Amino acid sequence: MFSLDYFMEERNSSVMKPLPVGGYASIFFSCVGGPKTLEINISINGESRTFDVEPRTLLVHLLRDDAGLTGTHVACETSICGACTVLIDGKAVKSCTVLAAQAQGCEVTTIEGLADGDQLHPLQEQFWEKHGLQCGFCTPGMILTANQLIASNSDPTDEEIRHGIEGNICRCTGYQNIVDAISAAAAQMRD
Amino acid sequence: MAQAPKFIGAPIKRRDDPRLIQGLAHYVDDFNPPGTLHMACVRSPYGKANIRSVDVSKAAAAEGVVAVYTHEETKGIGPVPVGGLVPDAKVPAQPILADKQVLFAGEPVVAVIAETRYGARDAADLVEIDYEPLDAVVDLEAALEPGSPKVHDDYESNQAFTWAIAGGDVEAGLKEADVIVKEKMTNARVAPLALEPRGVLAHYLPGEDKMTLWTSTQVPHKVRTLVAGQIGMPENRMRVIAPEVGGGFGSKLNIYREEALAAFVTRELGLPIKWVESRSENFMTTIHGRGQVGEIEMGLKNDGTITAFRYNVLADCGAYYQLLTVAIFTLTGLMLPGPYKIANMEMNATGVFTNKVATDAYRGAGRPEATYILERMMDIAAVELGMDPVEIRRKNFPDKSEFPFNTSAGLSYDSGDYHLALDRALEAADYPAMRAQQEEARKDGRYLGIGFSTYVEICGMGPSAALGGQGWESARVRVEPTGKATVFSGASPHGQGQQTSFAQIVADGLGIDANDVTVVHGDTDVVPYGVGTFGSRGTVVGGSAVVYARDKVRAKMAKFAAMEFEADANDIEFEDGKVFVRSAPEKSAGFADIAMMAYSAIALPEDTDPGLEETHFFEPSNFTFPFGTHIVLAEVDPETGDVEILRYVAVDDVGNMINPLLVHGQIHGGIAQGTGQALEEEMIYGEGGQPLNASFMHYALPKANRLPRFELLHTTTPTDVNPLGAKGVGEAGTIGSTPAVVNAVIDALSPFGITHIDMPLRPERVWRAIAEKRA
Repeated sequence: MFSLDYFMEERNSSVMKPLPVGGYASIFFSCVGGPKTLEINISINGESRTFDVEPRTLLVHLLRDDAGLTGTHVACETSICGACTVLIDGKAVKSCTVLAAQAQGCEVTTIEGLADGDQLHPLQEQFWEKHGLQCGFCTPGMILTANQLIASNSDPTDEEIRHGIEGNICRCTGYQNIVDAISAAAAQMRD
Repeated sequence: MAQAPKFIGAPIKRRDDPRLIQGLAHYVDDFNPPGTLHMACVRSPYGKANIRSVDVSKAAAAEGVVAVYTHEETKGIGPVPVGGLVPDAKVPAQPILADKQVLFAGEPVVAVIAETRYGARDAADLVEIDYEPLDAVVDLEAALEPGSPKVHDDYESNQAFTWAIAGGDVEAGLKEADVIVKEKMTNARVAPLALEPRGVLAHYLPGEDKMTLWTSTQVPHKVRTLVAGQIGMPENRMRVIAPEVGGGFGSKLNIYREEALAAFVTRELGLPIKWVESRSENFMTTIHGRGQVGEIEMGLKNDGTITAFRYNVLADCGAYYQLLTVAIFTLTGLMLPGPYKIANMEMNATGVFTNKVATDAYRGAGRPEATYILERMMDIAAVELGMDPVEIRRKNFPDKSEFPFNTSAGLSYDSGDYHLALDRALEAADYPAMRAQQEEARKDGRYLGIGFSTYVEICGMGPSAALGGQGWESARVRVEPTGKATVFSGASPHGQGQQTSFAQIVADGLGIDANDVTVVHGDTDVVPYGVGTFGSRGTVVGGSAVVYARDKVRAKMAKFAAMEFEADANDIEFEDGKVFVRSAPEKSAGFADIAMMAYSAIALPEDTDPGLEETHFFEPSNFTFPFGTHIVLAEVDPETGDVEILRYVAVDDVGNMINPLLVHGQIHGGIAQGTGQALEEEMIYGEGGQPLNASFMHYALPKANRLPRFELLHTTTPTDVNPLGAKGVGEAGTIGSTPAVVNAVIDALSPFGITHIDMPLRPERVWRAIAEKRA
């Protein structure tokens, strides 16, 4: 499991905080009869939460199974498809290849936390408006990746958008309406 | 309806979306009833092997493990259901867990039930299976050679079935021809790859003797009837729910081992059992599509008239059939003449067993294969005859006055104007300018190519007799006492958007707002018995059932209104939330007032029961036949073999459109998938039958940066097969795109004398073809 970082894209690993002191040690001890669970403190969608999980627990499973936030999806388990994308400290990260322990002390935003109360985020609005989704399974990850894309480039060209979401797979839409949705959301966010 | 449609034809935003964009939708894996146990399967790593022994003792003793199942404990479960067979098909029984042999990599041998997701997978790793690996059958052609290893020891050979279809006289047609062109072509095995993997959650309540099965499926009622049958349970004690389903593309038009297994185990243990496929399991155990290798012979007159078309094909079945494995290949035969007047055609198909997972319906299902070889051959013939690819197509189109057009494959195409779609596409693409651009580029040493695909497809499946049963669809429409309407559909959409388009259909007929209509589907306890969503039938057949059910309810409401207004029921009109007398519009009431009358039932019209709820089962009289022209401009880098699509122009005629926004979405997605097959996608197997690219890291599928912006246009030729005049659109893009893309690449490479390269046209394959010609 220590090699999981290998699978993370560059932009993922650059935002990961180092494990807390004792992090890897705790994982090691869990294999040789030490403590079987880790206490992890994460702020999820603005709320501080504490979890007792197996050290090997993936962030996506903590979010889905322990925090009950099932909007984050698992579709490939190899960090390729991006369905599991969440924001860790504001950066898009594929949560299927991040240990929950690595998010210790971080601020995690999932699709459930993107809207401002009843007010949809511009990306959510525009995905709806432009028919940027069909089965919807890739959509949460696609929206959170797009969020980072716009944060780093407020006026992206179509080509930049297509490049920016190449780490997210959609099997339904052929991407065109997704590109249009992101472009429209960027415009809305610039206004 | 008297008034012009207000909602039908409008690009209305989807009502499914708010839950999906906020992460509030529920797919199978999002349900967690208390006490849920998790199932993990131990699967064969070999294409073929004898199972010498299975030792589950360590797994059974592991912490948190509740039960372990092998073939012995599950042999009472019926085999995986198959249908759509041809007379001489050999039908091997597909067990739920393998017994003495495994016949494909991924075949399940042991199922472990544990308290947690991780625990189940841990315990699965503790199962010890002693295999004796055997020679696997991987290559289709080698499989039929004498002395080939066999997939099934009990059969004489690897031949699974034979099937032929013929119209006219191909031999006579070939004699009549001035030129005969031949080519051997492959439609590679590809993986459907719905983004949501398959999953099932089965929960049996002993006290009620009732099971609920949540499963990621396109056909909930088929699952209920067939899985209940497999485990020996009356089907009316089982409720199947297809909740949010994350794509299917045909792969979830099936009954899989894990569904029966979970249903069997929950009945034994009385606790909910959940199984969710990993992506590698999805690659190895969910059906694949295509899988054909064939030789084509085509005869033509010098003026381009086709005199004969023959396809001798080997069809890759895999080790076992799934629900429609054999039937899919027969669709290729029906589609073979395409949009052309081909008087003499035949297809001779030989099904072949291989040590691989079954092939079955994948978007287009048999028809893209036919369209691909036909459209490729049209281009090959055009080169041979020195004709423009446009002219050779025109030469063979039926005129619009010839519809309904009877083909030599025995179908009657409902309506069409193929010339018009082609004209529209040529105009949108500015074909002469495109050729000029190609010419200019060649001077600069750049290789541009233009590819055409003029296609027709068989949709709206379909007449029940033509499908071997169950070609109809059901709908129930209920007007509630408060004037809202609810549609219960037997179709089972999974991304297509019928929660919106069916609401549009009902709103128009009843003169109410589409937002006052709710659409329910995918729950066998709630909706009438249904067939499901596949074969571009959701709107064409399912939507038509909605039309008839809606009109029955409307007719009944009109009786109540007629009683109230002392008018004739035929003189009652529905518009803008009002019900009124057409000849005396001052006699008017709110839609909800009339609805309440029907439920209060204090007074009843003659021969009329209380309530407003009507069901209709719609049986179509024919398939529908959408058509179109796709034009691709592509550039090939001769130094790398890389292909870039510069322009994609598509004219699709899908008949009347209920919601153009959804129609465009379907075409976009279809083009992307068909382009994937043309350029990138292919399952690759090693000699031992192991898939070598069973992950998203190793199997290329289209990503955003590899696709162009699609330019979509339409012609509209309605059908009279159904009351909507709609022809279906789910598969159009997949069928039209694959040959258009390949034809563009081959056209680009024509200066090298290249006339054909087999799909997928990955850079390496294209580069080798160029290098060979340069050498």
